[in-house]
Amino acid sequence: MLSSTEATGKPVVRLGDRLFSGTARLAAMLIMVALAGVAVFLVVEGLPGLSAPADIYRPADDFWSYVGPLVWGTVLAAVVALVIAIPFSVGLALFISHYAPPRIAGPIAYVIDLLAAIPSVVYGLWGGLALAHWMTPSINWLYDNLGFIPFFAGPPSVTGRTMLTAGIVLSIMVIPITTAISREVFAQTPRLHEEAAMALGATRWETIRLAVFPYAKSGVVSGVMLGLGRALGETMAVAMVLSATPVVTLNLISNSNPATIASNIAANYKEATPDRQSLLIATGLVLFIVTFVVNFIARLIVARSERNVTR
Amino acid sequence: MIRTSIRRAVVPGIAVLALVLTGCGASNETDGGTVGGDTGGATGLSGELAGGGSSAQDSAQQAWRAGFQSDNPDATITYDPVGSGGGRESFNSGAYAFAGSDSYLTDDDGELSAAKKQCGDEDPVEVPAYVSPIAVVFNLPGVDTLDLDAETLAKIFDGKITKWNDPAIAGQNNDADLPDTAISPVHRSDDSGTTQNFTDYLNKAGGGAWSYDPDGVWPIKGGEAAEGTSGLVAAVKGGEGTIGYADESQAQGLGIASVKVGDEYVAPSAEGAAKALAVSKPAPTATATMLTYDIDRTTTESGAYPVLLASYLIACQHYDDANEADLVSGFLSYIVSDAGQQAAAQQAGSAPLDASIAAKAQEIVGAISAS
Repeated sequence: MLSSTEATGKPVVRLGDRLFSGTARLAAMLIMVALAGVAVFLVVEGLPGLSAPADIYRPADDFWSYVGPLVWGTVLAAVVALVIAIPFSVGLALFISHYAPPRIAGPIAYVIDLLAAIPSVVYGLWGGLALAHWMTPSINWLYDNLGFIPFFAGPPSVTGRTMLTAGIVLSIMVIPITTAISREVFAQTPRLHEEAAMALGATRWETIRLAVFPYAKSGVVSGVMLGLGRALGETMAVAMVLSATPVVTLNLISNSNPATIASNIAANYKEATPDRQSLLIATGLVLFIVTFVVNFIARLIVARSERNVTR
Repeated sequence: MIRTSIRRAVVPGIAVLALVLTGCGASNETDGGTVGGDTGGATGLSGELAGGGSSAQDSAQQAWRAGFQSDNPDATITYDPVGSGGGRESFNSGAYAFAGSDSYLTDDDGELSAAKKQCGDEDPVEVPAYVSPIAVVFNLPGVDTLDLDAETLAKIFDGKITKWNDPAIAGQNNDADLPDTAISPVHRSDDSGTTQNFTDYLNKAGGGAWSYDPDGVWPIKGGEAAEGTSGLVAAVKGGEGTIGYADESQAQGLGIASVKVGDEYVAPSAEGAAKALAVSKPAPTATATMLTYDIDRTTTESGAYPVLLASYLIACQHYDDANEADLVSGFLSYIVSDAGQQAAAQQAGSAPLDASIAAKAQEIVGAISAS
């Protein structure tokens, strides 16, 4: 709780204070209840899906071989998206907060915020119909020149509907979120820190490295976490872009890519029999857990690296 | 059941036809003798009726709703295209008075028993309502049509034939100038009735070249996949050397393969699909009220096109509420009537039911009544 107790006598509590703290507490409780409700629903409805007859899991044989490629696909798509999105977001945010003249910075920030408002189906349409087509020459180039790297092992897809394309679409959806938050924290860097660095003879870049990054680090990480959440859970855009099939592969440019859990649910729920529906809900439960685990690991990494910085 | 005089039914029936056909030439495909044959549909019904299911039927259902409601302005029909599985489930739980399903009820998942229970321990009503040819589409610059037999198709989709100039393809297409392009088969990534019917065709007609069981989920791991019919068509258009399968009505702008039936090659057509259904045998579960068919994929009937999807309507024989029974009977009668089938053909590119099947279906749905 945030209450700071004043040393001087009894704090005065008014009705307004009580009302406000009550509502705030209620809001916090409600969100926990909602989360618990979702978890209970997933467990109750999904449990039968864990041990259904073998043919329910076709073309796999059991639950874990069914959900395995999906988990892999979910994580892989999110990682590709973040690898592309993080440098872009941080660069963009720095440009807006430190480099661009205010006359340009305002409109750019506005346009980026606008990107966040575009619904994911629209990204899906664009990714599937336009971007995938444009990607085919690049995919062929990657295969010809960098084919020795497992990521580009090919054979290259002729339609361009690959994990790489899906990752790019996802990264464009992640960028506005991460950028908006990074920009805010970069702008919050104490003026004195920056001026001190400048006074010591640091260049613009050195100032940013010495004064802005350490200060803004946790904020940027929060932004990346939110972006990661969007990438892990994104449904329509992936379903419309990705050529999905149950395989586990590092290959980003072939036509055989693992689906993500969310896009697999969206694609198959409509025609599913009751048994298949509980299987799909069970995969939803797995996504729920994966999201927790990924977030937990990411926070752990951040906490450790922060300790290293302070040392 | 409200039986109005035929004359009263025919006039609105023709009006509907005229409305739907606006702008197009009059349809010459009418199999004669329809006007005055089965009823175009009842009139004067009122109330609300909720149904749903197969998304393949969605656009046909829109035509049927519009046609039926112009005959019966006080009736409101809703159809939610939640998918066949969802439709069957909601029908069995009583949420829908009728459902549309791309496959007939079976007891593999206990759905037939559940439907019987829902219908007061009677056999449910099942009639084919929407028949659509599935076209094998491909994108190969310079080639618009190809002749392929089921065995070659099975090998192509199984990845056994990998080049367009493979002797197996070239041998059937002496006139075509086939390039050395790699073949990229595209399948549906979602669970779909189209995949179910296409793999059923490959399995039964492929002469052993297709070793997988028919299934709505594509049985092979790997390969290009796309979601939904429009997604698949977009993927086939988006790559060179691609081949896929889709409802014939959505196959415009792509190369279309003719499949081998008997000794000839047949291009997908509504009449061919209707014919193939008409020569098929009843399903093992078929009863007096369940007009279900196991489509004869290996038919040698001249002009029949065996790669088709038959989507059914599911209802009960008796309903507690007399008005609901009249509505279900009236609406389903309209759907299987010639007017209804022609409306769907215009709107969704489906194949009107063969006259013999339509007459049987008409009799079954006409008998739906209050318990």
